[in-house]
Amino acid sequence: MTPKTKLSCRNVWKLYGANPESFLRENPAPSGEDIRRAGIIGAVRNASIDIAEGEIFIIMGLSGSGKSTLVRCLSRLIEPTGGEVLFDGVDLLRASEQELIEIRRHKMGMVFQHFALLPHLTVLQNVMFPLTVQAAPRAKAEAKAREVVELVGLKGREDYYPRELSGGQQQRVGIARSLVTEPDLWFLDEPFSALDPLIRREMQDEFMRLQARLHKTIVFITHDFEEAVRLADRIAIMKDGEIIQVATPEDLVLNPATAYVAEFTRHIPRSKVLTVGGIMTPDAQAEGVPVPAAARVSEVAEQIIAADAPRPVCDANGRIVGSIGRTAVARVLFGTGEAA
Amino acid sequence: MKVHLTRQAAICWGLVLATILLGWFGRDLAKALDARWLVKVPPSWDIPFNTYISAAMAWLMEEAAVGPVSFTDATRSIAWLIEQPYELALNLLAHGFLFDPGPEPQVLLPAASWIAVTAAVIALGHYCRSWGLAALVGACFAYLAVFGQWDSAMVTLASVLIAVPIGAGGGLLAGIWAYRHPLGERILSPVLDLMQTIPIFAYLVPILFMFGFGPVSALVATIIYATPPMIRITIMALKAVDPEILDFGRMAGTTRRQLMWRVLVPSASQSLMIGVNQVIMLTLNMVIIASMIGAGGLGFDVLAALRRLDIGAGFEAGIAIVVLAIAVDRLSQAFAERIGQAHHTKPGSWAARNKRTVLVLCLLTVTWVLGRFSPLLLDYPQSQTITTGAFWNDTVKYLNVNYFDAFEAVKIFFLQWFLLPIKKTLLGIPWPWTIAMLTLLGWRAGGWKLAALCGAMSALIAVSGLWAKAMVTVYLCGASVILATLIGVPLGVLAALNRRAGIAINLLIDTLQTLPSFVYLIPVVMLFRVGDFTAMIAIVLYALAPAVRYAAHGVRSVSGELIEAGLVSGCTKWQLLRLVRLPMALPEILLGINQTIMLALSMLVITALVGTRDLGQEVYIALTKADTGRGLVAGLAIAFIAIIADRLVNAGARGARIRFGLES
Repeated sequence: MTPKTKLSCRNVWKLYGANPESFLRENPAPSGEDIRRAGIIGAVRNASIDIAEGEIFIIMGLSGSGKSTLVRCLSRLIEPTGGEVLFDGVDLLRASEQELIEIRRHKMGMVFQHFALLPHLTVLQNVMFPLTVQAAPRAKAEAKAREVVELVGLKGREDYYPRELSGGQQQRVGIARSLVTEPDLWFLDEPFSALDPLIRREMQDEFMRLQARLHKTIVFITHDFEEAVRLADRIAIMKDGEIIQVATPEDLVLNPATAYVAEFTRHIPRSKVLTVGGIMTPDAQAEGVPVPAAARVSEVAEQIIAADAPRPVCDANGRIVGSIGRTAVARVLFGTGEAA
Repeated sequence: MKVHLTRQAAICWGLVLATILLGWFGRDLAKALDARWLVKVPPSWDIPFNTYISAAMAWLMEEAAVGPVSFTDATRSIAWLIEQPYELALNLLAHGFLFDPGPEPQVLLPAASWIAVTAAVIALGHYCRSWGLAALVGACFAYLAVFGQWDSAMVTLASVLIAVPIGAGGGLLAGIWAYRHPLGERILSPVLDLMQTIPIFAYLVPILFMFGFGPVSALVATIIYATPPMIRITIMALKAVDPEILDFGRMAGTTRRQLMWRVLVPSASQSLMIGVNQVIMLTLNMVIIASMIGAGGLGFDVLAALRRLDIGAGFEAGIAIVVLAIAVDRLSQAFAERIGQAHHTKPGSWAARNKRTVLVLCLLTVTWVLGRFSPLLLDYPQSQTITTGAFWNDTVKYLNVNYFDAFEAVKIFFLQWFLLPIKKTLLGIPWPWTIAMLTLLGWRAGGWKLAALCGAMSALIAVSGLWAKAMVTVYLCGASVILATLIGVPLGVLAALNRRAGIAINLLIDTLQTLPSFVYLIPVVMLFRVGDFTAMIAIVLYALAPAVRYAAHGVRSVSGELIEAGLVSGCTKWQLLRLVRLPMALPEILLGINQTIMLALSMLVITALVGTRDLGQEVYIALTKADTGRGLVAGLAIAFIAIIADRLVNAGARGARIRFGLES
């Protein structure tokens, strides 16, 4: 059973310049050349994606690639020039201001790169803020806020002000605040980019721990390909406002659609991306304890290389689907980057 | 060294020379050609703007109405609305609450005791920052009591307490409106420009006409004067809020109102408080001027002293204004800082958390109760006040008796070799030539738009029948600006290059800027008596600050790399200054001069009190006669001069920045 689509966008365009609406109306599928000639800037060009329920969908691109604009089109913080955005099957772009406020109050949460905490409120008041603007009963709102503050590991700091916290702690507040309304859809706009590398790793682990508990549908923006590979179920790569490729991390590494994507994947240690299932010899028989097909190569490399003979590979149901030997693993570990 | 002149420079210098020669011999030329219209705009060409405006005002006051509500009703209700809180503040601080009916009013509750008020500001100082601030503001208020300025100071404080919330609140609302609607900003921005260039006096007249002579008029004028910067700062502060915070607010599902009041305004609060501080300072600046249309208090004391040339009393009241300004300014700055960084609330009951408030309230009650038996607790005893008036009077008398010749020599030297030649030249230039030159200058500096603006505005001045007075204005203002630049720019450069000199110069400039503009006049009048020279000195003192500040900033911000490049090329110190620092600082220096011109123009009307014969005098006369048309026309003429100067200098500064690649 395929999980149902939570959020999807169809042919979304965001053009900046003089009168872009009429330009798009006269010319429904302009090429990059058309846009340049009209003196218009194409921040998002013809983006179509489907995001499944419970999925971590990462939009990845360098600065200026339009990823932030796209996510703001998806949340309608920016009005797209054309296209449609379907959230639970409803076109978000047709929603009235009142409907949009309701959707944002109950179904969406967002985390920002520079935290966007309100400087005049304490941690608890910041976290409570989305409930306060809904005029939720105070006692209930406070209890809920305390609960999420504890969830992100900030218990005991409820009465601190943002300026009294470190960057990592501030982003925990941002995360808590975005979760307090129990949204279905969670936008994270480069949430860890402003943090030190060590803290960033810690926060990524924390994020995975939270997601394992909460199973939100996540749209996550980053410019860090390693981060994307670590966290994503699927990755969309953007360049100059266009989505070049949407695929699983493994697929991106194995079958990059363009040279640009290949350039990104080149420096990623393959063993951390490729799964056993991706490099095994299908339908081959082998002796010994089976290794799971979904495991990353790096996780099982040592035991396969230590073994004398190839090991069987089993799928999620324990069925043997192939075998894997030390040659295949070695090629991944020490290879020149060419996929098997 | 051979001087090479490009053709352009030659034409430029030729025109300047021709203008000077024309000016110098203009009158003779006009006489020789029998064409007096060259130097004097024929009266038959005048367009009687002032009659039109007066008629329009009369119509407004007598007939204008929207349905049953006439314009007069509207102004009356505004006056009533402002008057109520003002009366309350005034009674609390200065007059006491009276029981009205009957020929002999009974004091229901006397005004707050000087002890209680001083304690309150000390508590506020401690709350906002520290004991240091508390001591400073306490000393300021104690000064007011000891030097016998208490009652007047409280009247002034009451008007500040009313004008500031209205000005700051109104400015905030207007700023929010402009932020929300692009149209609002497009409407407000030119209005603000105009309001900041029209001298305050010009709108005193219509206000006087609408609200009558009295404290309410004064409050209205003060509010109108003090609000524009708050509007600007509000727009800027809201625009400067981090876009992520704005996005967050929208994602949290806030309504428009929630977004504004719970997200944007609190996030911008620190910048907004700078605006409030501006409002406070401008309000205090207005104190003396507002007393011309009925404000009492310290401002009135200064004005009255100035009118009877009582230097001692004027100086004392002037210093009292400065002292009050310092106290209020420091308090509001500290308060702004405190708001900027939220504080933890301490646990405990209300009384435990607000010890200071409780203490002050207790003190207030105690002094009220005990004051019935001992008036000392309510009013600072008259017999214990110190006055320095006699001292100042004696000093001036001494100087006048012993150094009269020296002062006179300086004055005559300046008049003969500096002021009078400029005056003669400016008044001699045929007006069509002036308009043509301004238009040409506008075209060179900023294209046809600026040319049209310069041409149209100068032509309007010509046909308003005020040409001669406008030229006197330009002469007085120009001479002062030249002098202020000659003094100010070197001071600024010195301040930038030498740290110790910088500290001393900064202190001097800060002091000059805190003094209300009138205070400059008093000692100068005493030493040099009335006349153009006195006016010039007062204007130079008042307008010096920006020339120094901008020059210092410009020289300081020349990039270190350029200095090093100069040093490596083997520049001497002097060459470094002449070839690198000054040229690079030129745009900043020009902006400073621009500010100096603006300040000089705004000081002009005040110097009318010492008998100048320019547009300022015209406004002043209109004010005393409550002649709206005349006042507004003269005020607008000053504003036109200011706008022409401002646009030309700005275009010049922009041109310089573009040449240096600092702006594209």
